Amino acid sequence: MYLRDLITLTTSSFLTYRMRSFLTGLGIAIGIAAVILLTSIGEGLHQFMLSEFSQFGTNIISVQPGKTQTQGGNVGIFGSVRPLTLEDADALRRLPYVEHVIPGLVGTAEVRANGRTRRTMVLGEGRDFGAAFTMKLQSGSFWTDADDEQARAQVVIGSKIEQELFSGMNPLGQYLRIGGQRYRVIGVMESKGQILGMDMDDTVFIPAARAMELFNRPGLMEVNVSYRADVDADTVIRILTERMKERHGREDFTLISQEKALEVLSSVLNILTFAVGALGGISLLVGAVGILTIMTMAVTERTAEIGLLRALGARERQVLNLFLSEAMLLSALGGLMGLALGIGIAQGLHWLFPALPVHTPWLFAVLAELTAISIGLLAGVVPAMRAARLDPVEALHAE
Amino acid sequence: MIELQNVCRTFTVGDQQVTALRDVNLRLDAGEYLSIMGPSGSGKSTMLNMLGLLDRPTSGTYLLDGGNVTDLNDEQQARVRREKIGFVFQSFHLVPRLTAAQNVELPLILAGIPAEERKARVQVLMRNYGLSDRADHKPDQLSGGQRQRVAIARATVMNPTVLLADEPTGNLDRTTGWEVLKLLEGLLEQGITLVVVTHDAEIGARARRQIHMLDGRIVSDERRTK
Repeated sequence: MYLRDLITLTTSSFLTYRMRSFLTGLGIAIGIAAVILLTSIGEGLHQFMLSEFSQFGTNIISVQPGKTQTQGGNVGIFGSVRPLTLEDADALRRLPYVEHVIPGLVGTAEVRANGRTRRTMVLGEGRDFGAAFTMKLQSGSFWTDADDEQARAQVVIGSKIEQELFSGMNPLGQYLRIGGQRYRVIGVMESKGQILGMDMDDTVFIPAARAMELFNRPGLMEVNVSYRADVDADTVIRILTERMKERHGREDFTLISQEKALEVLSSVLNILTFAVGALGGISLLVGAVGILTIMTMAVTERTAEIGLLRALGARERQVLNLFLSEAMLLSALGGLMGLALGIGIAQGLHWLFPALPVHTPWLFAVLAELTAISIGLLAGVVPAMRAARLDPVEALHAE
Repeated sequence: MIELQNVCRTFTVGDQQVTALRDVNLRLDAGEYLSIMGPSGSGKSTMLNMLGLLDRPTSGTYLLDGGNVTDLNDEQQARVRREKIGFVFQSFHLVPRLTAAQNVELPLILAGIPAEERKARVQVLMRNYGLSDRADHKPDQLSGGQRQRVAIARATVMNPTVLLADEPTGNLDRTTGWEVLKLLEGLLEQGITLVVVTHDAEIGARARRQIHMLDGRIVSDERRTK
């Protein structure tokens, strides 16, 4: 029997019981739609999280004081080990593959301008931080002092600070008092919004040396090293570690690679997506039971027809294939219906709630359809075997 | 060319053994016209199923065209049915979803014959049986006589050597019944072997050879001399 004939015969019975076929397919469709919808949201969240974390660039390694011996945060930030200094940062800057080195520390301070005061986050940074972290200015420029230690009292302000303290005025060239010292405003950041709960717009950026002075700290909280995109993170880590060990005599620092952190995050999010997909898969099971039921009914109803086919010389195998392909057709069409439904609902949700990230990878759609067909195949096996094994004589006389 | 040797067939119904065929011996030559008559339960249907390879004897041997077909497996038996045997049933057994032409085409599809050849063969048959204008009708749009003609077309489309008809006129009125019977008898001219099972003595009497069955045995085997 040719495949085309098999399909024609299968379709003829499918079309005869339109309503029944539709409802059976709907069972699978709901399952597939649930899987597609849940994984679309999962995958959307995945991509959203990754882009949140990687917006500062992925080829960045952070050097932090103190060695993490166990799980949990290291204690270096609180100043109990040999501090990380601006000299350390300078030394790293001369290493191969390194593009930018940005010493950094953070604290809060009172900032004052035009008689208005605000308590805000103060980030001490190196001069390259704009380039390294792909941050853009709305106006003005970053400071350019070549020597981090002798950097002048200049400040780049976040857009919220601009609104609150300089509303309506051009802040460039004006003075801002930070913790009692005067800083000249040389740039305004583009609005970045909240990143993981931190308002990046309610922030001022000053040279790291100034920040150390301001917070009265002996060392930096971290040194961020950006490296060439074509170099492996492990290579850079090795070079950085060697140089730092030379300077400090032992490994009293910790390297955190952005790339590696993202890999871990990504794998966690993948598991999450898979888990919600599996949850949706439960409804597919219900769809499979529907197909099993309808195929069992079909075999009973068409017993005489099966007898006839056998009398006309159909082999057991041909009868089996006929019923199997019918079950597969039901589930394949149900699957397509579910794909349309799932993607439609996902996009509809995204349209209603633009904040909800949604993404349906093609691979998921193809896998879902293949799953649907396999489910049809599995659910069809038992009824089809029963059909194939019917005794031709008894089958013929069943009316 | 058809030979049943000491064929027995017993069924187990509940805990009782029911014997449908008792030690049946029958020899049929090619081109013969045989009617099998007898009351219900006499074993005539079992006999027909046996001849059509739908049923296997409990003991005994069935030779078809000189070959032993008793011990063939399912696939081989299906092949013999497909190529050598045609069935016509009392209740027509047409597939309701398929058109008349598709019903006739069914054995060719199962045999894996290419579509163009199938179309040609079906068309010729439909014309011969006066069904050309009914080709695209579904069975429920056909009269009883037309349905049985479609069934006969389907039974002969593979050019079988034996045609087995089980009460072929049972569901038809008298006139239509005769027409169908004439159609079947016409096939004899093409050398087909025709076996008709009936409990209607008038129809049975038309066959040149008539056997009567009772309790699973052949009780009489008569040849009508012309």
